[in-house]
Parts: sequence; C-alpha cells; structure tokens
Amino acid sequence: MQKFNHLTGIAAPLDILNVDTDMIIPKQFLKTIQRSGLGKNLFDEMRYTPEGEEVADFVLNQAAYREAEVLVAGDNFGCGSSREHAPWALLDFGIRCVISTSFADIFYNNCFKNGILPIVLPQADVDKLMDDAKRGANATVTIDLESQTIKGPDGGTIAFEVDAFRKKCLLEGLDDIGLTLQKSTSIDTYETALADQPWR
Amino acid sequence: MTGTTLYDKIWNAHMVDEQADGNCLMYIDRHLVHEVTSPQAFEGLRMTGRTVRAPHKVLALADHNIPTTDRTGGVDAIEDPESKLQIQTLEKNCAEFGLEYVAMDDIRQGIVHVTGPEQGFTLPGLTIVCGDSHTSTHGAFGALAHGIGTSEVEHVLATQTLIQSKAKNFRINVVGEAPDYITAKDIALAIVGEIGTAGGTGYVLEYAGPAIEALSIEGRMTLCNMSIEAGARAGLVAPDEKTYAFLEGRAKAPKGADWDQAVAYWRTLSSDGDAVFDKEVTIDASDLPPLVTWGTSPQDVISIDGSVPNPADIKDEARRKSTERALDYMGLTAGTPMQEVAIDRVFIGSCTNSRIEDLRAAAAIAKGKTVVPSVSAMVVPGSGLIKLQAEKEGLDKIFIDAGFEWREPGCSMCLAMNADKLQPGERCASTSNRNFEGRQGRGGRTHLVSPEMAAAAAVTGHFTDIRNLKAEG
Repeated sequence: MQKFNHLTGIAAPLDILNVDTDMIIPKQFLKTIQRSGLGKNLFDEMRYTPEGEEVADFVLNQAAYREAEVLVAGDNFGCGSSREHAPWALLDFGIRCVISTSFADIFYNNCFKNGILPIVLPQADVDKLMDDAKRGANATVTIDLESQTIKGPDGGTIAFEVDAFRKKCLLEGLDDIGLTLQKSTSIDTYETALADQPWR
Repeated sequence: MTGTTLYDKIWNAHMVDEQADGNCLMYIDRHLVHEVTSPQAFEGLRMTGRTVRAPHKVLALADHNIPTTDRTGGVDAIEDPESKLQIQTLEKNCAEFGLEYVAMDDIRQGIVHVTGPEQGFTLPGLTIVCGDSHTSTHGAFGALAHGIGTSEVEHVLATQTLIQSKAKNFRINVVGEAPDYITAKDIALAIVGEIGTAGGTGYVLEYAGPAIEALSIEGRMTLCNMSIEAGARAGLVAPDEKTYAFLEGRAKAPKGADWDQAVAYWRTLSSDGDAVFDKEVTIDASDLPPLVTWGTSPQDVISIDGSVPNPADIKDEARRKSTERALDYMGLTAGTPMQEVAIDRVFIGSCTNSRIEDLRAAAAIAKGKTVVPSVSAMVVPGSGLIKLQAEKEGLDKIFIDAGFEWREPGCSMCLAMNADKLQPGERCASTSNRNFEGRQGRGGRTHLVSPEMAAAAAVTGHFTDIRNLKAEG
C-alpha cells in the first residue's frame, strides 16, 4: 500500500450532502477485474454528459481543480454500496485525502486500505475549508499525518483525530494481512476451541 | 455490573486478539463471495502467494451481473463481454482456491443474501461478511453481518479474520401492532426516515419490540437489509422460535445432536434486561401509513397520502440545497400529492424484497388486474428455489396474466449492472433499497416502496394508497 505522511495539494470543494459510492463510481464501471484505470470515470455521471462531453461547471472539470489532491465534501460522504472501486477511482484520479463532517463506515475503512486519508472535522472547520477550497488553485492545503494537522491557505492550523493503528498503517504503508498473519497462532488456538461448537 | 447486549455477546464470542489500541482481531464464521467485489481480492492472494485459510466457510455465486432473461445458453451465451468475463473469473477463482460455487444454472442460484439464509449457511450468533453492503440482511437471524470492501474480502480469505473496532449499541424499539397494510419495508423506511441516512453511523442496530417479534423471518430480513441505509454497520434481531423453525432442516444447518446443541446456545443470544444501549429510539408501528420515497436518499420518506416537500420550508441551508437538487433530479414539483405522480416502470425484486412472501403479497394485489399500458413491470425472484416455489403456487401466472415480466433470479434493476435498467427520466416504483441518483440507470428516478405498493402502482399507473385499493377489493 502507498504510504501517506505529508501532502500539499489543491483542495476541491464538493458541497453536496450524502455523496454515495454510486455517484463516486457508477455501476457500469464495476465490471473490471482490476483496481487501476477508474480515475477517468470518477464521478462519471456528474462529470460528463450522456454523450461523454465534460460538464463545464463540475468542480473537477474546472481548470483550478483538475489536479486536486484533496476533496472537501458534505456530510456522510461515501454512503451506500461497499464498492472499493470508489477509493480506487479517487486514488487513480489523484485524490489522497477527503475531508468531511462524517463518512459512511465501509467507505471510511476502504480508504485506509488504499493509502487515502479520510479526515472527520466539526462542521465549522469543514465550512472554513470549503470556503477556502472555493478560492480555486491558490487554495492549497497541507496535511501532515504525523502531527495530525491541516494548514489552510491563510496559514491557520486545524487539528484532526485519527485511530492510532490506522495512522501507523498509513504512515508505514503496512499490509494488514501480513500483520494479521503474524497472529496465526492466536487464530489457530481460536479455531481449535471451535470444536465445541460444531455448527460453526 | 450491567448486562450485555446481543451485539456485545456476539462480539465477545468472536474476539481472537485485542490490541493495546483497542482494535480487535475478530473471527469470521461465514464469507459470501460474488463476482463484482472479489476478482481483485483473488488476484491479491495470487500475487502474494497466499491461500484461503478456511475454504469450507466460503460460499460463492454470481448475482450482480447475470442476465435475468433466458439463460439456457449458459455463461458462454452472456452478451456483455465484461459481465461474462467477471462471472468466468469467479468460476475459475473458486475452482483454483477450492471454494463452493453455486453455478448460474443451479436451482439454488440467486442473490447472495437470499441464497445464504435459504441454504442454512446463515445461522444465529455467527459473524458473516460479504463484499456487499446489504450483508446486513443476515442480522435477521441474530448473526453479526456486515459488508466489507475488496481489501477486506482478501483479508478474510487469507486469515478468516478482520481487524475491527467495536461499534456502539443502538436499540430501535418498534412498539404497537402493525396494521395489515404495513409491511417490514414500511417499518424499515420509517426507521431510515426517522434516524436519517447517517443516523446509524458508528452503531450496530438492534431491532426489538412487539412489532419486530411479530414479523416473519422474511420481514426481518427486509428490515435488517436496510440497516445500511441508516448508515449502521449492522442490524440485529434476536433469534426466536420463528428463527429456528425457518432454519431447521435446511441443507447447511446443523443436524441431530448438533442442532439441539446449537439451539440451546442460540437461546442465550438476546440482550440482557439490564443491558445499556448508547442510543435508543421508539417507533409506533400501529399508526404508520404506507410509505414512499420522494427524493434521492432513502431517508427522503413520506406517507403515500402526503405531498412532495417544499424546500422553502427547510431552514438549514445545506439540507435545503440538497432537497432542491433531489427534486430537480426527480423531476418533481413541491406540493404535488404523491398519489398524482405517474410512473413508467415497476421493479419487484432485490435482496430487500424478492422472497416468496414478497411475491405472494405483490401477486395478491396484481391478481385479476392489469398493468396499465404505459407501464413496464417486472418481477425478479430472489433465487431459483423461490422462483420454483412461486411457480408451484401459480404466482407466475398471476403476474404474467396481469402483464408483468417474470424473470430469472439475480440483483437485476436494483443496481442495474446487467441489461435491466431505467432510461433517463423514467420513473420507477421499486422494491429495492436505494434511490440514489443514477442507481437504476443514468437519469432514472427511483421511488422505494413495499411489494404491495409496487404492484398497486403497476396496475394504476401512479402511486396508490394500498389502503384504498384493498378496500375496493
């Protein structure tokens, strides 16, 4: 997994509540058997007309945000389907961090498995970052995972919380299957005890 | 010391290891696998030289992508090359890793969340995962069941465990006696409408109270299915005699002495009387009206005798903008009575409402009536066995005579990955679970309803209060 430690990039505002994973990557792109190549279809039905032309006013089509690496979004981002194609599409486009007041559980998990940092902040902080992001390409933010801080374009600093284990995995780019396999003996012991419950 | 909840009990029984930071390694008893969210997980195993730890705890089948039209030509005859490749990839992966695969022409084939319980693969007290958010369905049996992403599918295949942090406990008490026109779907929509689409985030829901006890197992599956639409990690109903009666004798359920031992254990699976929940809400089922959604979030719920809401009435700016966007997408005008909204399509199916009880209820409405000429309506049973049972009962004839299409089992137009989809601007009365923008096809407009309400819309051409239709007979 790609490490995440420090990022300075353009933040794009996506001021919509309940952005669901069907919006992030519509179902017609889930037929792939690979992880890569989904970036061009990120937010496909908002980003392109049915004829495949770019929708000029969609945020990621605007000149200032075509290279965005951070997304500032409305509450309950990533709700709906469990499709990991959603973070894969974000990552493939170049988004490494999403900021919102809340995330849906499965999407939140999926981000950490792919080197994307989802940050939960209080409404006032998200409002501030949303306003900043609306200023265009000059609105770069700097996110530092080690110190758990976001620096806005005006120099102000916002602190954020993140689970210590998830933080460590992101900072070191750890493969959590490898970590779990180091606990094989505990799993063996647990499975041996399952003999008492033969239906399991 | 206070008592423990049902969720606490299942959680504690599955903990393999607890890290100092509070994250736990949790044992997974059952893993359902389908064609869309698994190929990259199997590829990951191949790339790292890892194997499947407990192949007998995995059940795989294709449901999202498969056609619901004539399938006698087999997988090779599937027209869409990408769908065909995904299904063939699942077949190959199951053969390579030694997993049980229910083939497309197997009578047991269906939607994972229908086939799993039908085969007794789902049992109380188990942890069950699947790369699909509607895995919450299995909570109807008192199993802790939730959706996972593809990386976690790979993690479970390789280790039979997941790294998890514990969710909080949220009890939803549904009191009163539901009138006969109120279905589990209405109760589910009422709950999502009440607590909101993010209201359950960070929680496991436990549904309790007399109206839940009164539900059939099928109804409890409908209810738990939609826990994810409230943002919850999972939904649970404590197992009871109905649960055991449903499971006894099913192919993968325990037999003989093992069954007796299992039932004795399952009887311990309920929240203690003094268990403390982090959050509780109470809903009275006795005064619920039949419900329909008007917007693009499952929380956008309104009574069938209500009208399209007016964004101008909403004070919060973000919510007002969100409502305006939804009405614009849905092509609806504030103040329009829902019963005056005409529909183009009807979809009866999905892991929410495709079980025999759902088909019986819809058929009872459709019987002797005709789908209006401007409406195209389809019924997609949840599994081959349900289709067979429905045909034994003559339900297929009722639907076909009324002008519905009678299809082969699969996910179909719930998510429109196969050829079953809405055209831009088409309006659909759907028994599925999500009314997101584009969910049933780009530009499609989805209204979530119960199977009865969907059938009633089909034969009247617009949303119709089931209470009036029933009164007319």
